[in-house]
Amino acid sequence: MTRLHVLAREAWPWTFLAAIAVWLATIAYTGGQGSGAILTAALSFATFSVIVGLGQMLVVTSGPGNVDLSIPATITLAGVVAMKVMDTDNARLIAGIAAALGAAFAVGLFNYALIRVLRIPPIIATLSSSFLVLSTAISYGRGIRIKPPPLLADFATARVLGIPLLAIFTLLLSIVLAQILLRTVYGRSLLATGQNARAAWLSGLNPERTRLITYVASALLAGVAGLCLSGFSGGAALNMGEEFLLASIAVVVIGGTSVAGGKASVPGIWGAALFMYLLVSMLNTFGASAGIRLILTGAIIIAVIVMATRNTGR
Amino acid sequence: MSNAKLLRQALPFLSLAAVLVATFIVQPRTMSYFGLNLMLQYAVPIALATIAQMFVITCNDLDLSIGPFVGLVSCIGATLLLDSPVLGVLALLALIAVYAAVGGLIQVRNLPSIVVTLGLAFIWLGIAVLILPSPGGKAPDWLKALMALPTPFIPFPIIAAVVIGLLIQFALMKTSLGVIARGAGGNPVALTRAGWSMFRTKAILFGIAGFFGVLSGLSLLGLTTSGDAHIADRYTLYSIAGVILGGGEFIGGRVSPMGAVIGALTLALAGSFLIFLKISPDWQIGAQGAILIIVLALRALVTRAGQVAA
Repeated sequence: MTRLHVLAREAWPWTFLAAIAVWLATIAYTGGQGSGAILTAALSFATFSVIVGLGQMLVVTSGPGNVDLSIPATITLAGVVAMKVMDTDNARLIAGIAAALGAAFAVGLFNYALIRVLRIPPIIATLSSSFLVLSTAISYGRGIRIKPPPLLADFATARVLGIPLLAIFTLLLSIVLAQILLRTVYGRSLLATGQNARAAWLSGLNPERTRLITYVASALLAGVAGLCLSGFSGGAALNMGEEFLLASIAVVVIGGTSVAGGKASVPGIWGAALFMYLLVSMLNTFGASAGIRLILTGAIIIAVIVMATRNTGR
Repeated sequence: MSNAKLLRQALPFLSLAAVLVATFIVQPRTMSYFGLNLMLQYAVPIALATIAQMFVITCNDLDLSIGPFVGLVSCIGATLLLDSPVLGVLALLALIAVYAAVGGLIQVRNLPSIVVTLGLAFIWLGIAVLILPSPGGKAPDWLKALMALPTPFIPFPIIAAVVIGLLIQFALMKTSLGVIARGAGGNPVALTRAGWSMFRTKAILFGIAGFFGVLSGLSLLGLTTSGDAHIADRYTLYSIAGVILGGGEFIGGRVSPMGAVIGALTLALAGSFLIFLKISPDWQIGAQGAILIIVLALRALVTRAGQVAA
């Protein structure tokens, strides 16, 4: 019985319950029609939010008030670079992936340099760099209507027994990341630095190196998301990253990661992402207008954070 | 005051002067009443939004919803305020009250303002989209007339910005209310022990932010003459950048109202400057990021020089 109590105190089981509740409400409304299709669609779209959410989770965990606002710009840059280098050619797939991830790696380094060398707070540093990265993407990708190579497009849209291949890939990615958080030195350092950077430093850890890895990892994950998104949507668009700024923060917070740092929840990101996309499809099914959808999303975010903060007694 | 500290405080003014001089060199025709007016027009709504953000940053919080809020106000102004002014005013007052309530909620529950204002942003956007699904409505005539006021010698935007900046500077630095506000950010524990209610202080500060958000939305409506839910989406980031450019800091209640206004003006000018430099529009947004980085780098350099000398 104690196991159930521990589970109930965590935030992430509630997100899955909420997601299931919303899904049930939707199929109740449609009389059971299309229940599988709704799930598959939710999995497809939620996947991208999960990938960037993982990166954002790392940054948020690294310290109080740390946020990576450059994720949308990095997504766009990676997508644009990948499409241009690959040039619809399967043979250039690896080159394109390397270029895109290399660009993302550079963005992560740049973010960290701004924070460390110029002593700029992470919010402003990632904000400024997002302007620069977006401009780079816009000017490099000017006029591009290049489609992704067939291999990439197939990978991004394939399904295995109704489950998108991308979702399985992201699930594996999440499991790897969760293990990194729990078992590796970096993961423990991240949690320690987020809780108390000075104590972490005094106990022999290296908070600065942890932060460097974190910002690079977040940018790399955004790059992965950009790659997958281009494959999925048939090309890179200059506004492809826009919706992921708020989405990345929302899935992190709703999923139970603490904004004060030091506490991360990987399953919560999945639950929150699924919940948010199922909520949108439920509202669409009910015929709610865009305005109602936005208001409800906002109200839920506020409600979740009010409840979550009481639970953890912050 | 040490040289370093003086230099650090002068940095926002220097940045603005640098951008102004650079603009005049590249395009001498802007050195006129008409030119300045045109370039700085949109500075007024941005400056007001920056002031609103500054009040929130004063108490160690961040408002991610100011952009959509300004858009919402412009929608209400173009519809409700035009058709039934009484209802319109009541709606705007209600919005300010909601802002204050959110501030109180954040204090009472010790919530992270980043997340709460994120949710609030969705709510503002949703209401705005409900009122005006696509840009439309019409600005009330008195608003348009106010924003197009033909002031002698110095263009209206400059006068408005300077007056606003000086007023708030006085209020925040010289009145007891201002001290309490800055104390709320600098040392909330001390403030509470001295008997001031943090709940009331935060609610009031957020309410003031809402008030300036309303002013920003109305002034923007006066300029654009029609309402649009998404017109001010950029204002969130601009307002944060403006406060920081102006010498404000996220923690500690250290903000400068005059600096915030100057920061907003600098950002607005930088946009026009880049157009005159014939820099490709692709790079305009990047250049604003670069300006932010350069100014902050300079500030870090000056601060460190001051520390070494001390």
